[in-house]
Amino acid sequence: MANSRETLLEKYSAKVYKNRKDHLLQLAEGDKNAAIAANTRAIPGVMTARGCCYAGCKGVVVGPLKDVLVITHGPIGCGFYSWGTRRNKAKTDENTDKNFIPYCFSSDMQESNIVFGGEKKLEQAIEEAMELFSPKCIMICSTCPIGLIGDDVQAVARRTEAKYGIAAIGYSCEGYKGVSQSGGHHIANNGLMRYVIGTGDKKPKTKFSVNVLGEYNIGGDGWEEERIFKRCGIEVLNLFTGDASYEGLKSAHLAHLNLVMCHRSINYIAEMMKTKYGIDWIKVNFIGVEATCKSLRDIAKYFNDAELTKRVEEVIADEVATIKSDMEHYKSKLNGKTAGIFSGGSRSHHYQVLLQELGMKTIIAGYEFAHRDDYEGRDIIPQIKEDADNKNIESIVVAKDDKFYKETYTEEQIANLKSAGIELDTYGGMIPEMIAESVVVDDYNHFETDELIKSMKPDIFLSGIKDKYSIQKAGTASRQIHSYDYSGPYSGFRGAVTFARDVAMAIFTNAWPLVTPPWKNKPMLTGKLKEVG
Amino acid sequence: MRQVAIYGKGGIGKSTTTQNLTAGLGEMGKKIMIVGCDPKADSTRLVLGGLVQKTVLDTLREEGDDIELDSVLKKGYAGIKGVESGGPEPGVGCAGRGIITSIGLLEKLGAYTDDLDYVFYDVLGDVVCGGFAMPIREGKAREIYIVCSGEMMALYAANNITKGISKYATTGGVRLGGLICNSRKVDGEADLVSAVAKELGTQMIHFVPRDNAVHRAEINKKTVIDFSPQENQADEYRALARKIDANDMFVVPKPMSIDRLEAILQEHGIMD
Repeated sequence: MANSRETLLEKYSAKVYKNRKDHLLQLAEGDKNAAIAANTRAIPGVMTARGCCYAGCKGVVVGPLKDVLVITHGPIGCGFYSWGTRRNKAKTDENTDKNFIPYCFSSDMQESNIVFGGEKKLEQAIEEAMELFSPKCIMICSTCPIGLIGDDVQAVARRTEAKYGIAAIGYSCEGYKGVSQSGGHHIANNGLMRYVIGTGDKKPKTKFSVNVLGEYNIGGDGWEEERIFKRCGIEVLNLFTGDASYEGLKSAHLAHLNLVMCHRSINYIAEMMKTKYGIDWIKVNFIGVEATCKSLRDIAKYFNDAELTKRVEEVIADEVATIKSDMEHYKSKLNGKTAGIFSGGSRSHHYQVLLQELGMKTIIAGYEFAHRDDYEGRDIIPQIKEDADNKNIESIVVAKDDKFYKETYTEEQIANLKSAGIELDTYGGMIPEMIAESVVVDDYNHFETDELIKSMKPDIFLSGIKDKYSIQKAGTASRQIHSYDYSGPYSGFRGAVTFARDVAMAIFTNAWPLVTPPWKNKPMLTGKLKEVG
Repeated sequence: MRQVAIYGKGGIGKSTTTQNLTAGLGEMGKKIMIVGCDPKADSTRLVLGGLVQKTVLDTLREEGDDIELDSVLKKGYAGIKGVESGGPEPGVGCAGRGIITSIGLLEKLGAYTDDLDYVFYDVLGDVVCGGFAMPIREGKAREIYIVCSGEMMALYAANNITKGISKYATTGGVRLGGLICNSRKVDGEADLVSAVAKELGTQMIHFVPRDNAVHRAEINKKTVIDFSPQENQADEYRALARKIDANDMFVVPKPMSIDRLEAILQEHGIMD
């Protein structure tokens, strides 16, 4: 498998090679400081797996807010195709009384709205939404034409607030902005920070309250985490933003600690809450038994409470005992198998930990829209060059909040906690944890996926809906790591078993290689020689 | 049918020139339609006698797609047909998209009848986006005249418009027919505009002098030929009409660099 990278790259034209070579690494033994190019424009025509800015804002960050009526402002396609495509589960609860997750709202612009402006149509949609659903908060997500014709969604939001006395937020997250959905995450983070977080006063009930940032409750992941937290006596104020609510997020600033799951999509809020409210954040990972144990212990260390630490240890012992034999069973089947993972901006790291517990090696890992810090760790941030594309996405600066700013630890204490192995206010990235010879791909595309599978032959490839079926039908087992193929949860202790079962099932019932397609052994074209003359 | 687009810097007199020139062609017995491609919808006021017909896009907005040609197309002086594409109020929506929609709709409604000798497109300002290039895309207008004066910004704009034309010349087959100088009484104006035209590879097809007759006719919502046919200025527009009718110089223009344009201005302009 030596130099799959070279084999792959040499098929590119000089121009594409020049671009892609810096986005593709094959790690050398002990290479913990490999540098990668990331968060730059995709090459047109390369068939990138990336999504757009609107997808990042509406689809990822604000879409899962269950009591928020999210209106897609634009022609119907963007709203329709982002309807129910992400498995961010949500329950209606007593605090919110609303759950708009099953719905799709769009202003459904027509040609005359493009020509004459769409604000009136949007306001009409809001009026209908108010009559039918009376939400307490409306968020407006802009699609591409909105930026072109200059509809002022922020002004519409202000008018909505004045007219109905509710909260309304407009996002200029037009699809063409930035280089990937990452820009949309940032725009959504800015909006939540500016208009939502800090506007509530619902105090935590306990001394150990947390927000779990970047947990979108795919397949119920957040609920498994909540179950464990509850047993430990840790109070979850908000999952950000899976199964989250506007009502809950308003008081997120009163939490004692922030936990960050998906570093890429929500680190902005974690950083801003640290600056504005003094709330520390820990990079956690609840994918994998060991990772879950470590994350729980880190939280206990942070709170430094004997009672809590004892409970955490008891819960860990009990949970691990329950799943131990299941995990051993699956490990006995999966030991020595190899995997490739392509995900958005965090999962490729998280799942390597769980695969390793099952005795599997991750030999290919890539991200769609990650930045260099997600690959190389946050120490690289000062060295990341700003370019026109990322300057084009607004970055807001927050200041200390006079009323709520409160530091838990001094800088020295934080340094001590860090040296005790807690990823406190920092993140080490994916690359340092990867094995020698493995390939790291930034902004992966269809061709590279096919080629790497051909040359490295992983037993299973974890990816998304765009590539899953082409991979599977070409003979390699594949599971969706974005939506879990309607399974899950995969997080925490019980989730690890579910994941192990699904991976084993995929690898041991891989039916497609058993099929010989007709074009492999029969001519598909027939023809006759024409007589000359 | 000759389809002609008139471009030029904003406020240079495109609508006035187009209507006075078409009045001249109308007087010659030509059958003409003017399509106003300006959201202000003031391109047909003089030939229609100030009659404010509904714009294509207003009709589309109010009545949906089911619209009648008669409600947007009116006949005026010398049988000249006038239609205004219209568009959004300033600061909202997309006027360029509006023009694309409007021209498409006019075609479907059968506005382009075989008996027409000329269709004139009077297009707002500079070529600001794809929508305003619509008349010269896809082989609609085949010939273009740029209205300008000897003023620097008018010539800047003219040069800029030729960039749009040369871009579409290869795909849509559009050609530049010449510059029409609508005089602002700048020193050495005719020489300067001729020199710029020559550099662009085209001609100054006519020098229209400045005359208050135009102003008087406009106040009366008429073209000069209609309001005061005996005036000198009416003959100037007749001359322009004849020259355009007989024109056979259609070129792919060669846009100038800004440096070259400024050099010509210094050579012929007011720098003495």
